Amino acid sequence: MKKILIYDGTFDGFLTTVFQVFEEQLKDVEIVKPKHYQPNIFIEAETIITDSKKAKRVWKALQVKVTKSGAHKLYASFLSEIKGVENALLRYIVYAYCSESFIHTDYSNKDVLRVAQVSKMVFRERHRMEAFVRFQLTKDGIYFANIEPDFNVLPLLLKHFKSRYADQRWMIYDKKRGYGMYYDLNVVQYIDLELTDAFDGSKKGLEKVFTSEEFQFQSLWKNYFDSTNIKSRKNMKLHKRHVPTRYWKYLSEKQPEL
Amino acid sequence: MSFERIKEKLNILADAAKYDVSCSSSGSKRSNPNKQLGDSSGMGICHSYTEDGRCVSLLKILLTNYCIFDCAYCVTRKSNDIKRAAFKIEEVVDLTINFYRRNYIEGLFLSSGIFKSADYTMERLVAVAKKLRLEEGFNGYIHLKSIPGASDELMREAGLYADRLSVNIEIPTKSGLKLLAPDKKREDFIKPMIKVKNEIIQYKEEKRLIKSTPKYAPAGQSTQMIIGATGESDKDIMYASNYFYKSFNLKRVYYSGYVPISYDTRLPQIGSAVPMLRENRLYQTDWLLRFYGFDIREILNDYHPNLDVDIDPKLSWALRNLDVFPIDVNKADKRWLARIPGVGLKSVNKIIGARRFRKLNWEHLKAIGIAYNRAKYFITCDSRDFERRDLTAEQIKNFILKQSMSKYKGVYNNQLSLFN
Repeated sequence: MKKILIYDGTFDGFLTTVFQVFEEQLKDVEIVKPKHYQPNIFIEAETIITDSKKAKRVWKALQVKVTKSGAHKLYASFLSEIKGVENALLRYIVYAYCSESFIHTDYSNKDVLRVAQVSKMVFRERHRMEAFVRFQLTKDGIYFANIEPDFNVLPLLLKHFKSRYADQRWMIYDKKRGYGMYYDLNVVQYIDLELTDAFDGSKKGLEKVFTSEEFQFQSLWKNYFDSTNIKSRKNMKLHKRHVPTRYWKYLSEKQPEL
Repeated sequence: MSFERIKEKLNILADAAKYDVSCSSSGSKRSNPNKQLGDSSGMGICHSYTEDGRCVSLLKILLTNYCIFDCAYCVTRKSNDIKRAAFKIEEVVDLTINFYRRNYIEGLFLSSGIFKSADYTMERLVAVAKKLRLEEGFNGYIHLKSIPGASDELMREAGLYADRLSVNIEIPTKSGLKLLAPDKKREDFIKPMIKVKNEIIQYKEEKRLIKSTPKYAPAGQSTQMIIGATGESDKDIMYASNYFYKSFNLKRVYYSGYVPISYDTRLPQIGSAVPMLRENRLYQTDWLLRFYGFDIREILNDYHPNLDVDIDPKLSWALRNLDVFPIDVNKADKRWLARIPGVGLKSVNKIIGARRFRKLNWEHLKAIGIAYNRAKYFITCDSRDFERRDLTAEQIKNFILKQSMSKYKGVYNNQLSLFN
């Protein structure tokens, strides 16, 4: 009999759900977030309560069963937030447990291929964010950046920015999801907050928040960007493939002259 | 610092540096253990792309565009009437640090026109790198130009602070060099390359014994050649490139389609097209040599001195060697899989991983992502459906071209109709 499991949308919640599936030996299940749940009187539904202990157990076991990089791929695929990806992940995990050997290279299995492809999409966007984050120096000495990635890649960016900008305070804020990361020269913390428009790099009226030097450097950078272009080789199609238009909003070099 | 003055200099000196193609920021591993600024993790990052689609990874500028040489192909040649400028060392350092802190760049690519003498110029370049590393605690990427004719001591010092060093040989043939840059000698280009190569080997040896040996140019050396300026053949270019890869352990050779910048009669005139398709084919060949296990003589030789324009070099090779095909994807080893047209290295690895679990059929191969339209003539798999007709190379080529969606189709179709 089919069963719908509703979880809270966190990765720990998902892992707890996986734990439940194995514990109750459920065969036919669908995992959904509350916002995607549509009540159906013929199908039984159950809300899963996140249990970090169970989640930890599943996560630890996965490291062994699908290798560390395989588990990392599962995590990245989860962060894609694509509707229904949880079910592909669950089938992948079940398949891994039913097999004697490692299955993370079995690309003729559609779930394994799906995880490989989705995680690649997520890693691609993580890499793009490592490139396209543009810090702006605020008057109180914090390098601040807005992002609006398609996938929830902020957690994957932590390590990179922490080791690179170890001697400056910085903050990266995901505007789409309403949370950010702040580094205070010691540790990186996740913070939930609502920011005023004064912080929105794509809007006017930033003088209140950012230093005047900041705008000079942005203008220098835009100048540099324009002078490295070779006009006789112009290829906008290629340009847009590398820098898709949806990211232009926060790229200082793509803004019209101030 | 005066932003207006800097802006003016930046415009002149970035504009002059843009013909250097290299922008890679990969291959160097510098960690940031003391909580200073920057690291390079081995993987390069392109922070932006120009409208011509080239990556912007480094702050690529000349220290100055004053130059004592008069090379016909170069914008900063002595006889060219352009605005000249020069950066101070502190200005370059300041710009680099401030751009880096805002996550605009991976680091600095510093080149220069040659003023006074080779050593005088090289000394300035080294001074910038030294200041960045020692005074600013900068661990980002630094690419320095080795100035032809610079002394061994300076080259040695340069490698201690830079991640990559490069000398552009620009003209692949000796005769071309004599024609376009009569004041330069090939030996001058080669000398710093040899020095850096030997130092890299020596430092690596020492590192094996003493762990605290400093890094020496960890991202190696590269060079660049101009394509289409002196009427050289693809064979000339690739054999020169192969020689440089083999003899100097170069990490990369870049090919730069000549962008007409002068009315000199020795060169293609202003307004003639940049040979971008040819450039693309040369890069494809370069990749076949470095990653796909091809030998240069298989692709270019006296019978085929130039690459095909309408098809890629691997397909072209396959059509000349139809006797080795079809290849069974479920049995062939890695080297042979890599030689199938339409199958790249990513697909090769996926095939090898996947075929351990079951025999692969067309559906699997398509899902893995091979270029089916090209590959289907050259492989068999777990399916009774495969190419049974005894097709000639010409027929296969026509079938493939008919289905191809190449962005260059317009380019070579025009060329064909010219001759008809």
